[in-house]
Amino acid sequence: MDLFYLAISATFVNNILLAQYLGNCPFLGVSKKLETAMGMAAAIVFVTILASIFTWSVFTYVLQPYDLEFLKTLTFILIIASLVQLVEIILKKKSKALYNALGVYLALITTNCAVMGVALLIAKKEMAFFEMLIFSSCSAVGYGLALILFAGIRVRLQISAVPQSMQGTAIALVTAGIMALAFMGFQGMAS
Amino acid sequence: MAQKFTATLTAGLWKRIPPFRLVLGLCPSLAVTMSAENGMGMGLATAFVLILSNGAISSLRNIIPSKVRIASYIVIIATLVSIVEILMKAYFFPLSEQLGIYIPLIVVNCIVLGRAEGFASKNPPFISMVDGLSVGTGYAISLTLIGSVREILGAGSWFGMPVFGETFEPMAFLVSAPGAFVTIGTLLALQNLFSRWRGEKFIQG
Repeated sequence: MDLFYLAISATFVNNILLAQYLGNCPFLGVSKKLETAMGMAAAIVFVTILASIFTWSVFTYVLQPYDLEFLKTLTFILIIASLVQLVEIILKKKSKALYNALGVYLALITTNCAVMGVALLIAKKEMAFFEMLIFSSCSAVGYGLALILFAGIRVRLQISAVPQSMQGTAIALVTAGIMALAFMGFQGMAS
Repeated sequence: MAQKFTATLTAGLWKRIPPFRLVLGLCPSLAVTMSAENGMGMGLATAFVLILSNGAISSLRNIIPSKVRIASYIVIIATLVSIVEILMKAYFFPLSEQLGIYIPLIVVNCIVLGRAEGFASKNPPFISMVDGLSVGTGYAISLTLIGSVREILGAGSWFGMPVFGETFEPMAFLVSAPGAFVTIGTLLALQNLFSRWRGEKFIQG
């Protein structure tokens, strides 16, 4: 039951994008079209789960036993960067279809703070393996959900009359704010 | 040289002030600007990393092979961020607790990597550090500004000091998550309006 609450909390209540503000640069960058948003969402889910498993293992089995927690920033970013590269190479070789769908977004993910943020949150809360798995997958799904919903709204924005100064990023941010307000409504469900 | 120096020094303060002109590094601008103090702390930490990383990367720019440059930059930046993290824990413990995971997340702040790739990899060390100083200061000013707006209107205080009298009803909306997006969106729009009024060509798209 605790895991269920954790799942709800990670997906909706503490939505990584709208309540924790992680991964906003790609959020504004790729949400102009629904297709790109979906590609990005899929890539994020894939990489976040994989990266969390690796960083969690290194953190619990290497850094913690040897009192090296202060190295976590350096270790995590290296793991994530090399993992993204590796995934890109493997996908290119093994699954052309998946690579065509995710390829462009994979390169962008290295500097996506959502992936690193989830890894750091897991390390900070010292989660157990299953908690980590649930937390990372639900956070990533929550991110994807917010991204796709937002892209849907943004497509509509393009055909509506926006004041000249608000066009582009400004109106996108205000829209995201209103969406975050809607997500705040989930707060009663779990903490 | 002197001309380039002043041009670089002032560019970060208006022409490419992050996160308004250069829409990079949004996550910390949204996340830690609940109060002016937090915003300023985050801005200064980022500025520190930016100056040193620009200096280091620019000094090594002829040694780093271009194929692995991004990875090398990330290692340099991550080292500097770890230093900042440890220093802040030692000397500014309450602030570092409040900023939480956003300090290690300076590593993935696109401003730092963006300036490394866009400026430091092409210019000599001194001017790169000037660029880091100017963009870093611009970022610190922006974060303090966003923090001030949210703190004054959302909590009725500035740097912890009460601004309005007892009768002021704070707009708590602004200190919560959605308020961050709306504040930055509005400030961005105001900046666009101001640029258009001044007749500048560059408008944020």
